[in-house]
Amino acid sequence: MTMRRWLQNLLAIDAGLARLILLAGVIFGVMAVMVPDKFLRPYNLISITYIAPELGLLAIAMMVAMLTGGIDLSVIGIANLGGILAGLFFHAVGGAHGPGLTDLGVGQVAAGIAIAIATGAIAGVINGVLIARLRITPILATLGSGQVFTGIALVLTGGPAIVGFPDGWTMIGNGALGVFAVPLLILLAVAGAIAGLMSRTPFGLNLVLIGTNAKAARFAGLRTRRALLLTYVLTGVLASLAGIILSARTNAAKSDYGVSYLLQAVLIAVLGGTDPAGGRGSVAGVIAALLALMLLASGMQLMRFSNFLVDAVWGAFLLASIALNAWQTRKR
Amino acid sequence: MTFSFLRRSETAIALVLLVAMGLIGLVNPAFWDLANLFSLARSNVIIGIMALGVLSVMISGGIDVSFPAFAVAAMYLTIRAMLAWGWHGVVAPFALAGAIGLALGLVNAFFVSTFGMIPLIVTLGTGALVRGALLGLVGTSQINIDRMPQELIDFGNLTLLSRIGPNGTHFGLSAMILLYLLAALLVHLFLTRTMLGRGVYALGSAPEAALRVGFNRTRVLFTVYGLAGALAGLAGLLHGSMIWLANPRDFVGLELDVIAAVVLGGASIFGGRGSVLGTLLGVFMLVMVANSLIIMHIDTTWQRIVVGGIIIAATTVTSFRDRRQLA
Repeated sequence: MTMRRWLQNLLAIDAGLARLILLAGVIFGVMAVMVPDKFLRPYNLISITYIAPELGLLAIAMMVAMLTGGIDLSVIGIANLGGILAGLFFHAVGGAHGPGLTDLGVGQVAAGIAIAIATGAIAGVINGVLIARLRITPILATLGSGQVFTGIALVLTGGPAIVGFPDGWTMIGNGALGVFAVPLLILLAVAGAIAGLMSRTPFGLNLVLIGTNAKAARFAGLRTRRALLLTYVLTGVLASLAGIILSARTNAAKSDYGVSYLLQAVLIAVLGGTDPAGGRGSVAGVIAALLALMLLASGMQLMRFSNFLVDAVWGAFLLASIALNAWQTRKR
Repeated sequence: MTFSFLRRSETAIALVLLVAMGLIGLVNPAFWDLANLFSLARSNVIIGIMALGVLSVMISGGIDVSFPAFAVAAMYLTIRAMLAWGWHGVVAPFALAGAIGLALGLVNAFFVSTFGMIPLIVTLGTGALVRGALLGLVGTSQINIDRMPQELIDFGNLTLLSRIGPNGTHFGLSAMILLYLLAALLVHLFLTRTMLGRGVYALGSAPEAALRVGFNRTRVLFTVYGLAGALAGLAGLLHGSMIWLANPRDFVGLELDVIAAVVLGGASIFGGRGSVLGTLLGVFMLVMVANSLIIMHIDTTWQRIVVGGIIIAATTVTSFRDRRQLA
């Protein structure tokens, strides 16, 4: 790739990012005019910083999988399973409710976090083996494994939610450091780490190369199988982080929480400039798309649109961004 | 050569099916009761009709996850229209439901063919849009048996081979199974006996070659996604007629079961392979295993794990098969 070509790509990505930030700004402006008293209240804007991060983590996971030309449809199942296993652990050591549970120490909470993240990593290894070793296409592999993860969560809980987590755990979803929500800080830290991983490590470059042309990457001597396996471990861990925040924020874990997050995560990744066919995507784009869509959803809810209509608008946005992306690529 | 291979593939599915039937029958002989077999056949109809559409899409190299939303939209809009206009009959409502499904399917085709976007992403978007708009704009309330059009209920109730069970209850084989088999026959003839149908296989196995020999990609895509939408619309209204109510929240997550059944039936997600006979067997296998959990005394919470396991097992087998073919 020549220097000039590289610069062109950089500019192209930046133009996309600028467009997204502009979109977020326009949505913010429209909502601020439509429902000024409610939308601009600090409470509303702050509550977004608690609600958005779990979705942002799932969208980053989706973007990473899409970079390789794959997709991870099991993220919701992984997130819920991680939260449920941690919850079962807390209930086992601290009882189902009362001070024994809420006052569990830092050690036990840390163990719960380890359980959830390990769940994500193991689930990711399973996905990675299915995709990289058995060479099942990612759509079907993660569709199937997501069912299994959700099914395990359902069998473990029997259906109802696990309610009641230690205070140390719910702090992760509801606490604040200074003025910043803890979930937001987690999201920013993860986003920074993934951005660094993608731009400054061989692994990140490998993912882009595999997504651009898997066969060429293999012939060039890249260890594509290992890179693919690690990709799905990474998406699994990101999903389990989302599960930790989700269960911590709501103080509950259930096998069918957050099912509408799947579409939203795909949408945010695609709207954020990720090419689902592989090879193109950025963390910054995902974060900008997340911001735009969270502002839109929040404003629509304040205007008393039903949640169903918000879902419909997300779908329409996905289709519109497909059309727009195609139109832009053609122009270039 | 291809034909004999397909036949072998279906023989394998049929053998696995027979073994599974034998095992379930051993665990609980009640499986072989005529009443259970009839109800099993009845459970095939809706998933099966949808699977025929998904099969065509998959042979063309695509995938569709929007059809459950289309099915529920076609069912609910048609029945609401019948109630609002005091409209009667059976054929016209089904034509309307099919047309609604067809129109929505063509939207999928438009996005896939015009923008060259991955079908999974397109159909995720259209599915969410249609379901959200249905629930947000049309309504969320269920239409119960007392308001359901009587003609539809009577139609859905048609039975062949009526029998009286040991405890005096009547049961029979739902006549809807004939509609399913008719749809299967038509899709089979379309895929194997028409030039357009051969184009579906051609586009799925080697897109570039298919275009070079003159198959029209746009026409194939509009046909398969339109077919999937229309079949989903018909299946949706049929579902409402068979269970005597119209619930706009129905069919959530059904795409998994249908895709599992189609993959189980030997179709490849990479396109180019799959057959109606295989899909019929795959649907029967999936429905049988899911329904038999109860008579095997396994808690129904295990159903998701079983369906997910079936998807993984079936795709592992097909991925090994496809690799051997390539080698």
